[in-house]
Amino acid sequence: MTINFKLNDKAVSLDIDPKTPLLEALRNDFELNGPKFGCGLAQCGACSVLLEGEAVRSCVIPVAAVNGLNVTTLEGLGNQQNPHVLQLAFIEEQAMQCGYCSNGMIINAAALLSRNQTPEKKDIDKALAANLCRCGAHPRIVRAIQRAAKSLTKDVT
Amino acid sequence: MSSTRRQFLQGSGALVAYFSLPASVLAQYTSPNPGQTKELRGNTSLDTWIRVEAGGLIVISVGKVEFGQGIRTALAQIAAEELDISMSRVRMAEVDTAHSPDESYTFSAMSVQQSGTRVRKAAAYARQVLLAHAAKTLNLPTAELSVVNGSILHNGQPTGIDYWEILEGKDFDRVVPDDVTAKPLEQYQVIGQSVPRLDIPDKVFAKTSYLADQRMPDMAHARVVRGSSPDARLLEVDTSTVAAMRGVLKVVRDGSFLAVVAEREMQATQAAAKLAESCRWQAKKTFPDASRVSEWLKSAKSQTYPVAERLSLSEKAAVKVHSAQYSRPFLAHASIAPSAAIALWNGKVLTVWSHGQGMYPLRGAIAHTLGLKQQQVRCVHSESGGVYGHNGADDAACDAAAIAMQLPNRPIKLQWSRADEFRGEPYGSAMMVSTRAGLDSQGRIADWQQDIWSCTHSTRPGGAAGAGNLLYAQQKQKPLSVPPPRVIPQPIGGADRNAVPLYDIPALKINKHIVLEAPLRVSALRSLGAYANIFAIESFMDELAVASAVDPFEFRLAHLSDQRARRVLERLREVSAWGQIPTYGTGKGWGIGFAKYKNLSAYCAVFVSLSVDQKNGQVTLDKTHAVIDAGLVVNPDGVRAQIEGGIVQSASWTLKEQVKFGSLGVRSTDWMSYPILGFSEVPELDVEIIERRDQPWLGVAEAAQGPTAAAIANAIFRASGKRLRDIPLTALKILSAVKDPQFA
Ligand code: FES
Ligand code: FES
Repeated sequence: MTINFKLNDKAVSLDIDPKTPLLEALRNDFELNGPKFGCGLAQCGACSVLLEGEAVRSCVIPVAAVNGLNVTTLEGLGNQQNPHVLQLAFIEEQAMQCGYCSNGMIINAAALLSRNQTPEKKDIDKALAANLCRCGAHPRIVRAIQRAAKSLTKDVT
Repeated sequence: MSSTRRQFLQGSGALVAYFSLPASVLAQYTSPNPGQTKELRGNTSLDTWIRVEAGGLIVISVGKVEFGQGIRTALAQIAAEELDISMSRVRMAEVDTAHSPDESYTFSAMSVQQSGTRVRKAAAYARQVLLAHAAKTLNLPTAELSVVNGSILHNGQPTGIDYWEILEGKDFDRVVPDDVTAKPLEQYQVIGQSVPRLDIPDKVFAKTSYLADQRMPDMAHARVVRGSSPDARLLEVDTSTVAAMRGVLKVVRDGSFLAVVAEREMQATQAAAKLAESCRWQAKKTFPDASRVSEWLKSAKSQTYPVAERLSLSEKAAVKVHSAQYSRPFLAHASIAPSAAIALWNGKVLTVWSHGQGMYPLRGAIAHTLGLKQQQVRCVHSESGGVYGHNGADDAACDAAAIAMQLPNRPIKLQWSRADEFRGEPYGSAMMVSTRAGLDSQGRIADWQQDIWSCTHSTRPGGAAGAGNLLYAQQKQKPLSVPPPRVIPQPIGGADRNAVPLYDIPALKINKHIVLEAPLRVSALRSLGAYANIFAIESFMDELAVASAVDPFEFRLAHLSDQRARRVLERLREVSAWGQIPTYGTGKGWGIGFAKYKNLSAYCAVFVSLSVDQKNGQVTLDKTHAVIDAGLVVNPDGVRAQIEGGIVQSASWTLKEQVKFGSLGVRSTDWMSYPILGFSEVPELDVEIIERRDQPWLGVAEAAQGPTAAAIANAIFRASGKRLRDIPLTALKILSAVKDPQFA
């Protein structure tokens, strides 16, 4: 079956078994590294991507479900030349150890910041409640998100 | 595939200019007895460690691997410092048995101590050699030359030559001598700086960073199928239905080892699920009752080893005797990334990409298991999620290798599922620690007795001798025999790591009892036995302080003559504002824990303040402070990150974690059945480093595990009046203790 969608602002089309998890299509067919396989059970958040601006778990979404929609991965948020504020903030705060969870943290934080540009610690905790980090980088991740939020509001004013 | 990897695969000869100097220049630097360079672990040739690469780069090659602990950044800093080059000129080569030095495993928080010392020596020697050559070329005395970012200066003025020109196109194959003088501490510019981690930008921009990001032409996908415990025997399976499924390339069965390979990943997952349906397994082991693991440990067949003995216990008269028993359950490493590996057999050489902790030991183990010669196996490290000890990485690597041998010329990417990892990984062993101490009439500890029951903490498949520890080696038709439990002796210790209190105690006697047959797979988990021993000792110190009616800081200091230990505790007392927290039965409390890791390494003291909800037993961690003395610190922010991570992980173990199992095998198979600490449960963290530039650098990655556990238990005691001694200290246990007036 052919699936057409927008991936990181580009129209793409893919001939694929419609039941294939979106995560697999992104990693194996589009060769993207952002979303990671962590559990395949919608429990850890490592595979998060933005679907129409909302953070979703690509490991349990069949690729057919994104037909006609907008998917953004970590690659689509920004790159070295044109980084997203969260990517910069994660570097500045050195907000990871292994970094395997970072994709999920950044994607979910991006969704949060698009709704709430001045999140408090409890808002961040809530937005990331189902995102797991085994290395214990949590305090740094929270600091990075707060730093990114601050730089956003500064840009506006 | 990344371009760096491709270059390595193709051989990097064209790109790399090796050091080459005439023997006469080198003679003065070459040890007359090169075999004596012990520190370098046999990797005495300079070009094993350092290469000068075209384009103004210097490549540092080490045997220690990155898993998020920042070791490669720290090692790059050491190299940059000694070579007088900027960080941007340093490249860290991947660890590959084809060219890296053999530094065994990356473990035990030993990498800075081991690899750092080796890199410092090799880099210092390289600089000496380079300067000597520059002096010869320029016809100037070495003493008048200096180096700035690789350029040679004469009395501070440019000479127009640099490292890259000196070495262009030449070969460098020299033995690093014993007596190399490294840069004096006062001149350090890079060591001691919080240099940002080299790997972070690529990770946030989703460049090729992880094993999972390696894509090779013609790569096929594999899955393994195992029973509900990894030692289950496969009695029956229908392979023919699956073999006929679309995309399936092969079903691999060898004894109880079962795997499937398919063109696409989903085809492999579906085929594995189908295979699992038709499997009939027979569990080999009977499991003890998970809720009574500590009693089981004591009753199981074990061997006793003396750990320490000082004076005879009866020589000192104690007026008050206190005793207690502490325990911890089996704990999982539970990396966020389930284990994975890529393997390729081309008919001559088997290449395995793995995120394991030791590529050389892995190579030996895989070669032995598959009946190949060591030279026929090449292991290349590729990063994945944090490992925190010996998890499933080595097993997955051998699984992939065994599968690849059946499908020559196709790279096989094996991905373990979440459940494969939870069920298959070797856990940190459950432990039970009993302590007994006598206080004299002044309230000082007169004697101390301690007994430890535990399974082994080391079943690493290191080389041929340890190959029987690999899952595949145990499952295959002709299984390898499983090596007997490894007992790590003092002073480092396995089950008895940190079993000897650092405190001044006139008489003590400590024994360990190692259970001969573990009911579950076990191996090294961050800090090994130190976690339970420090939890027990530091909880017990608190109990003794209460019994002597002395403040816990004072009580510890009164028994502590090690000056660095005293300073760490005194500083913790200053920064923690402990006096302002109401205590005893108010629902709020604070506690401390302290240890010198392995009694040989970093000093770490942790303070925790928390609240206990008397209605439901729920603990809220409010604030933690840690003070650490790790000698000379290479990267302060790196040290802070390790201690922060250690505190959070230890808090998670201590409050929530336990591998669940029953007669049907392991029941912890996902994040619901093995919950860990989440964002809202993580306290505010504050880490202070006491810098001791004059002291040797020490590893920190495992220093916080034990002190954090004890600090939490001690704080719960102050908050609720109840002393909990069996990890995990769950809300349920706290609630039933609070409700039970008899609970002491
Ligand atoms: S991999 Fe999708 S939530 Fe864990
Ligand atoms: S940084 Fe390793 S899991 Fe979060």
